[in-house]
Amino acid sequence: MLIERRWKKWVFFYIPLTIFVLGTLFPFYWMLVTAIRPDAELYRSWRAVNNAPFWTVQPTLEHFRDLMEKTTFPRWLWNTFFIAVISTGISLACGLLAGYALARLKFPMAGALGTSIFVTYLVPPTLLFIPLADIIRDLQLGNTPWALILTYPTFLIPFSTWLLMGYFKTIPKELEECARIDGATRFGAMTRIIFPIAVPGILSAGIFAFTLSWNEFIYALIFLSSPERKTVPVGVVSELIRGDIYFWGQLMAGALLGSIPVALVYSFFVEYYVTGLTGSVKG
Amino acid sequence: MKNPIAGGAGRAAPVEVALPHSRASQRRTLTGLLENERFLALVLLTPTVLILGMFIAYPFGMGVWFALSSISVGNPGHFVGLKNFVKAWNDSIFRIAFWNTSVYTFWATIFKLVLGMWLALLLNRHFRGKRIVRASMLLPFIVPTVLSTFAWRWMFDPTFSVLNWTLYKTGFIVTKLPFLSNGDWALWCAIVVNTWRGMPFFAITLLAGLQTINTDLHEAASLDGANGWKRFWYVTWPLLKPVTVVVVVFSIIQTFSDFQLIYVLTGGGPANSTHLLATYAYQIGVAAGLLGEGAAISLCMLPVLFVVVWIQLRYLRRLEGA
Amino acid sequence: MAQVMMKDLNKKYDEVHAVKDVNLHIRDKEFVVLVGPSGCGKSTTLRMVAGLEEITAGEISIGDRIVNDLPPKDRDIAMVFQNYALYPHMTVYDNMAFGLKMRKFPKTEIAKRVGEAAEILGIQELLKRKPRQLSGGQRQRVAVGRAIVRHPQVFLFDEPLSNLDAKLRVQMRVELKRLHDRLETTAIYVTHDQVEAMTLGDRVVVMKDGWIQQVGEPLELYGHPANRFVAGFIGSPSMNFVEMTVADANGALWADTPGLRVKVPPASAARLGPYKGQRVTLGIRPEDLRVATGADAADYSFDTVVEVVEPLGSEILLDLKAGPNVIVARVDPTVRAKHQDKMRLSLHPERVHFFDNKTELAI
Repeated sequence: MLIERRWKKWVFFYIPLTIFVLGTLFPFYWMLVTAIRPDAELYRSWRAVNNAPFWTVQPTLEHFRDLMEKTTFPRWLWNTFFIAVISTGISLACGLLAGYALARLKFPMAGALGTSIFVTYLVPPTLLFIPLADIIRDLQLGNTPWALILTYPTFLIPFSTWLLMGYFKTIPKELEECARIDGATRFGAMTRIIFPIAVPGILSAGIFAFTLSWNEFIYALIFLSSPERKTVPVGVVSELIRGDIYFWGQLMAGALLGSIPVALVYSFFVEYYVTGLTGSVKG
Repeated sequence: MKNPIAGGAGRAAPVEVALPHSRASQRRTLTGLLENERFLALVLLTPTVLILGMFIAYPFGMGVWFALSSISVGNPGHFVGLKNFVKAWNDSIFRIAFWNTSVYTFWATIFKLVLGMWLALLLNRHFRGKRIVRASMLLPFIVPTVLSTFAWRWMFDPTFSVLNWTLYKTGFIVTKLPFLSNGDWALWCAIVVNTWRGMPFFAITLLAGLQTINTDLHEAASLDGANGWKRFWYVTWPLLKPVTVVVVVFSIIQTFSDFQLIYVLTGGGPANSTHLLATYAYQIGVAAGLLGEGAAISLCMLPVLFVVVWIQLRYLRRLEGA
Repeated sequence: MAQVMMKDLNKKYDEVHAVKDVNLHIRDKEFVVLVGPSGCGKSTTLRMVAGLEEITAGEISIGDRIVNDLPPKDRDIAMVFQNYALYPHMTVYDNMAFGLKMRKFPKTEIAKRVGEAAEILGIQELLKRKPRQLSGGQRQRVAVGRAIVRHPQVFLFDEPLSNLDAKLRVQMRVELKRLHDRLETTAIYVTHDQVEAMTLGDRVVVMKDGWIQQVGEPLELYGHPANRFVAGFIGSPSMNFVEMTVADANGALWADTPGLRVKVPPASAARLGPYKGQRVTLGIRPEDLRVATGADAADYSFDTVVEVVEPLGSEILLDLKAGPNVIVARVDPTVRAKHQDKMRLSLHPERVHFFDNKTELAI
């Protein structure tokens, strides 16, 4: 159909797309170059001759080694992972049940409750961290992973509930009606028929929740204090900067390593994300 | 027609024998109760309501109390009315922070929307390597903000900035640009980083919206003589509006309440000139320990967020009604 | 095998009174069709029998149990849905076995029953496939198969053929009928298609606005509609209605309107007596009209002008005008007619219906 001239395709398509790709990916390339560059090369005046900042002539893994040996980085990775997995699990469980109830069951106040769960978006973490810190202290949860495992669901549940509710609404009602006639209870129809069908939506919500927890910063910054308890983002900020001195090599190495797990999870993500958003069931 | 007519009346034999109500008692058991729609809804919603109540509603109420009291670390404080808010209002840094937050949110959202839409339109076409390009474009969005912001901070470094080096070598500048050492520059740097980070989310969500648009519409429009821009403006854009509203609202909330990007990039400096409400609330409430004043500052985000969400709810409701 | 009884059944949603005082006794092994326009309450009635809708008032019993408070799973029924409602994540075999698994049947029994049902429906080759790999007709068969493996007391069908194309629908209709003759299970079937209702039902229940209009065997509904709605709903093309005045002339009753004047047949005369001087509605089916010949009594003939000719091969539909009254006639394919032709029609005196203008009841 829509036929274009070749030069037009270059001007309106290839060139802009290339700029987008370069602009998007350059910071990551820069992370990588910095992480494998020896300090001597790193801190050389920008007017120095032979300064070739876009690559390095003597790649080294010393920053990675320092990161692993001189800091508790592996611990941070594990902490982040542990907290992200558990809080994602809790949020998905809550979101599944609540999303199902809001999408399918008739009960008084259903609309109001749905809206109020949605409206908790109104209250981002940065609005709550001061009183929440007090509550965490009262519950004796300060400086434990549970402080984060219990608070992360506050922003994960509303969004998983809404995403899954939308997904459930695309599943024909007759499927569970049929299951109930076939001999399943309401609960059984939900777990045996609806949940298995909603797997793409669940995966999409789960991946999203996982990365949001991996990403979270302010609660982790305030609720955790000892170095070995920290998550990657907080550890990098607080342990790899001494006063005014930034250990750029290690920082970038840590940034790379801390990004890889989410990037891996996401490599499956694009397709599910799209299906989760537009979700549909055939059959 | 008022009266039902039961034709063949003899056939619909009246039921007169009282039949046993079978298993009426079974409804008392748990399985029986779970068959009741309302009870099941109650059971399914309880965990969510408990967690959200405990860690959102309760701290929110507490935050309101904090904001109205003189509480600080180690001092339970007492009710002071609106004193904290008045103090914030008279505080020049607070005013700067509020202004910064608005500028930051406004421009970052506009940039994200325009660039995200553009990128979505590009990615909606067919070309080789589409999948890998699409996946890699998401990277800024998924990599933890703190970590990627460090890369930017390093790129903006006063001494070793690669951006300055490039501009210098290509002859665009003769002296270093003061990326993060000048307040105005620093805020725009933050807007750039926020746009870089948030644009993929716009692009991929709008792309999902684009893919639901029937290509017949475009063919019909081009047969009607519409050029590329007109096709976008009269066909694509109106159909994308609902998705766009959702994404924009989501982004405004995220951007307006942003903390980590500024915390890492400038820390509010130089000279408190780049604080956002969230970072300033942190500085007052956590770093200085003035819990009451900090809570009051963060509560100031609420009216703006409220208006945004209210507009969205109204818009979506009108859409459903239509 | 069981009878189904509905007693003073009512369903109210917030503002809509969807089902009103429905009383119905469905006998064991009977095939009963609920038919009516959309929104008439037929599906709601069926869903109350299934237990998918709460009963606002009244009673439903299946067999000898009142089922008002029983969840669907305990009612021993099976249902076929309009969109088939096949579980997309299960194979055809698992779809059919699901109900038996839920009831904890032994594996061998499940395999035996699924095999039997698959054979009856000719879907043995499909058992390992997923629903999305099936055509519409195949999905329909699987949905029916899933219902019959359970050997339930009652089958419920909710517009099961509506999603099929016209040819397949006719074919499946015949198969469903054959299946019912073979299984002899009580069945309740909901449709908006009166042809389906007439061909499938032992008895047909016509509903409108939540009320039952008439219950009867297909030919009874066709021959003796209880009111104007049923008369118009059953039969295709639908019955012609003309408002006329009952008048007395030459010692007989005549129905009279500008452009059309016919004698009231003797069979109806006595009942129409009280309506002398009043307006009534005359109803005559297109197939009860024919081109008048010399042999036809002049009292039952009238002049018309041809407006539209629709040849269907086996017959011709004529849109005619008798004065200002529009009339459709179904005539022999040998009749030659064209636009603006004059034509004299004769009606079948025993098949004329009269309806009260106010109550719309048959007179």
